[in-house]
Amino acid sequence: MAGSGKAHLRPSDETLLRVEDLTVEFPVGGGDVVHAVSGISFDIKRGETLGLVGESGCGKSTTGRAILQLPRPTSGSVYLDDQNLASLKDEEMRQKRTDLQMIFQDPVSSLNPRRAVGEIVAEPLEVWGPKDKGQQWDKVSVMLDAVGIDPDVARFKHPHEFSGGQCQRISIARALVMEPELIICDEPVSALDVSVQAQILNMLEELKAKYGLTLVFIAHDLAVVKNISDRVAVMYLGKMCEVSESDELYSNPAHPYTQLLLTSIPLPDPLVAIDRELQVDEGLPSPINPPSGCRFRTRCPYADDICSRVEPQMRRVTDDHFVACHHPLIDVDEVEVTLNT
Amino acid sequence: MPTAGADATRLTRSEKTEPLLVVEDLKTYFQTPNGLVKAVDGVTLSVERGKTLGVVGESGSGKTVLSRSIMRLNTAGNVITHGSVTYNGEDLLAKSPRQMRDIWGVEMAMVFQDPMTSLNPVVKVGRQMTEHIRHHLGVSKKDARDTAVELLRSVRIPEPEARFDNYPHEMSGGMRQRVCIAIALACGPKMLFADEPTTALDVTVQHQILNLLGQQQVDRFMTMIMVTHDLGVVAGRTDEIAVMYAGKVVEKAPTKQLFADMRHPYTEALLRSIPKIDDPKHTKLSAISGRPPDLINPPSGCAFSPRCPYAQPQCFTDTPPLGAAPTPGHQYACWFPVGSPEGKDAWDKNLEAKRPQTMAAAGLVNATEELAAGAVVGG
Ligand SMILES: Nc1ncnc2c1ncn2[C@@H]1O[C@H](COP(=O)(O)OP(=O)(O)OP(=O)(O)O)[C@@H](O)[C@H]1O
Ligand SMILES: Nc1ncnc2c1ncn2[C@@H]1O[C@H](COP(=O)(O)OP(=O)(O)OP(=O)(O)O)[C@@H](O)[C@H]1O
Ligand code: SF4
Ligand code: SF4
Ligand SMILES: [Mg+2]
Ligand SMILES: [Mg+2]
Repeated sequence: MAGSGKAHLRPSDETLLRVEDLTVEFPVGGGDVVHAVSGISFDIKRGETLGLVGESGCGKSTTGRAILQLPRPTSGSVYLDDQNLASLKDEEMRQKRTDLQMIFQDPVSSLNPRRAVGEIVAEPLEVWGPKDKGQQWDKVSVMLDAVGIDPDVARFKHPHEFSGGQCQRISIARALVMEPELIICDEPVSALDVSVQAQILNMLEELKAKYGLTLVFIAHDLAVVKNISDRVAVMYLGKMCEVSESDELYSNPAHPYTQLLLTSIPLPDPLVAIDRELQVDEGLPSPINPPSGCRFRTRCPYADDICSRVEPQMRRVTDDHFVACHHPLIDVDEVEVTLNT
Repeated sequence: MPTAGADATRLTRSEKTEPLLVVEDLKTYFQTPNGLVKAVDGVTLSVERGKTLGVVGESGSGKTVLSRSIMRLNTAGNVITHGSVTYNGEDLLAKSPRQMRDIWGVEMAMVFQDPMTSLNPVVKVGRQMTEHIRHHLGVSKKDARDTAVELLRSVRIPEPEARFDNYPHEMSGGMRQRVCIAIALACGPKMLFADEPTTALDVTVQHQILNLLGQQQVDRFMTMIMVTHDLGVVAGRTDEIAVMYAGKVVEKAPTKQLFADMRHPYTEALLRSIPKIDDPKHTKLSAISGRPPDLINPPSGCAFSPRCPYAQPQCFTDTPPLGAAPTPGHQYACWFPVGSPEGKDAWDKNLEAKRPQTMAAAGLVNATEELAAGAVVGG
């Protein structure tokens, strides 16, 4: 098995989404291949928010898009309930996509500048919803209201008449209007000002409770991810390092990469000592030619011989905390847990 | 190091005690078709030699325009600048563009947010460095190359001789920012502006770049202004912080003092609105109501008044001056400061009146109400 193990997966009857051995490769010139996502597995329960963190280029967006089969993954399966999306025909997948919505980082460019807000939010309905304009508007106005935008004021206005935060709320309304099963939020607050971020995060929490939303929340800001997520998965160079209930992950990181991330966060407290040691910038390993064994080994202070030869598999730390590392920072089950599906 | 930085021991006594940079009532306005944008609106501050000043504030508050104005880099035709900028005893605003060219790089240098925009993508990084060095220091090709390689080494780029021949796209984002820092340091500037130098980078890389800047600053006894929207970045890395809102400095204090005893409601709101890594998951955030101010028609009185949880009638008509707090070096511009009896009364009164901004700050409303409050006050 080329993946990083599945000890962290939960029984399939408890989960809404189950991704197994997901691999996405992009051919680039000269016969090279970008190994963007390499055999990762994860799952999400209904009503849960899964945070996906990791540095730029580690494959977060590719993972999010692969769930929607955009583009179709190189290999692996994506089960929504019992249905493997990877095996659906294109037309069936198009239908299914109404159950899966995506919210992007840049709210302004993801909204069509030429259409009015009322039309933009109604877009998904035009294809799949009620044909009656009045019924469409009823749904649209409920959603605009839910994201704190006055429907009657916004209806005929265009995106450029709104701030970045308001545009993001409009794109959230558009994602909600089809009442999707799962929403993939790709860095939804990263482009927003700090003063606006909190409004959006609070709002997402409330919508989640109100509509029972299931979310994948992709971000590189660890504090933001912790705030919104029930469970967090840490990715590095196309691989899954650690999956855990959020509070546990941040208080007891077991993977050296998670620890590095946590100790690198600048804290808004001048009394906290900073590790000021200078390091040489070796550059990050390339996804075209990733390191053998554990992909983090070129930067890991604990790496040894086995790390370059054998890829670490997911192992259990506690019931809801799993790590893929040969030398984890806390004790793990030595026996690998395999789950029958 | 082949390039000479300033040296604390060589300074005369008055140089040691006088601030290196003094900015007084600086105003930078832009003429636009929609009206006059008051991007920097009367900023007064000073930075002592060898110290780091952090400038924080939300997007559009004027941080970048302020630093570019000090360096005289605002060259657009629609700019109006007033006030005074005194650097090392000299009036910078009185200098000709020619005279400024002798100051850039040698006296003052800048590191920008996005290394890709300050590096030429089609020229090898080594050549970009040597051209800069030869232009300013007039040394031979060979000496410029040696200096450039040394600089690359000092910013901890491995195998600098080999990296010398890389194009920018052949380097990681962190390496490119190291190159930009190396170029900025090449002529041994006494003052370095870093405008969001790590915003585009991953946290682990950011940490290393901030360490590098800090160490270079100490080694070269540089004075630094670090611009960021991230209170986390400035907390552990600055001596003093200036908080900007709508083109004005609304609070300024030594860093520890600021965090221990912030007086301005905007500073407090900024700190409270960011998620903290130590808070448990799903902690409700204290949002700032409303929207950033319109710089063409700023709110009358205090610019923060439409969003402020403490605002009282006086705030909507009278602009609070930047006044001194009892603690040395601490200044703020507010009629009802946080932590004062007046501030507490103002807060209590607003809470009783159910002022939406105060209710939101106190976490007493749900998010939709919070947003509706924003719509009412912010338009
Ligand atoms: N269409 C594509 N063709 C080639 N390579 C691609 C393509 N899309 C993504 N990649 C590469 O795949 C890797 C993963 O990219 P991805 O966008 O998923 O990262 P990410 O974790 O979302 O990063 P960021 O935080 O910067 O958004 C990167 O090396 C990226 O350059
Ligand atoms: N050349 C210009 N013409 C007109 N307005 C301008 C010009 N340059 C800047 N501004 C305006 O001046 C204000 C201050 O901008 P500035 O770039 O200093 O903000 P900032 O605090 O650096 O924000 P950010 O955190 O987004 O970088 C903004 O409203 C901006 O739109
Ligand atoms: S497997 Fe080895 S190299 Fe990888 S994180 Fe663990 S200790 Fe480090
Ligand atoms: S209390 Fe008044 S003066 Fe102080 S920040 Fe609020 S609105 Fe401005
Ligand atoms: Mg991405
Ligand atoms: Mg700026």
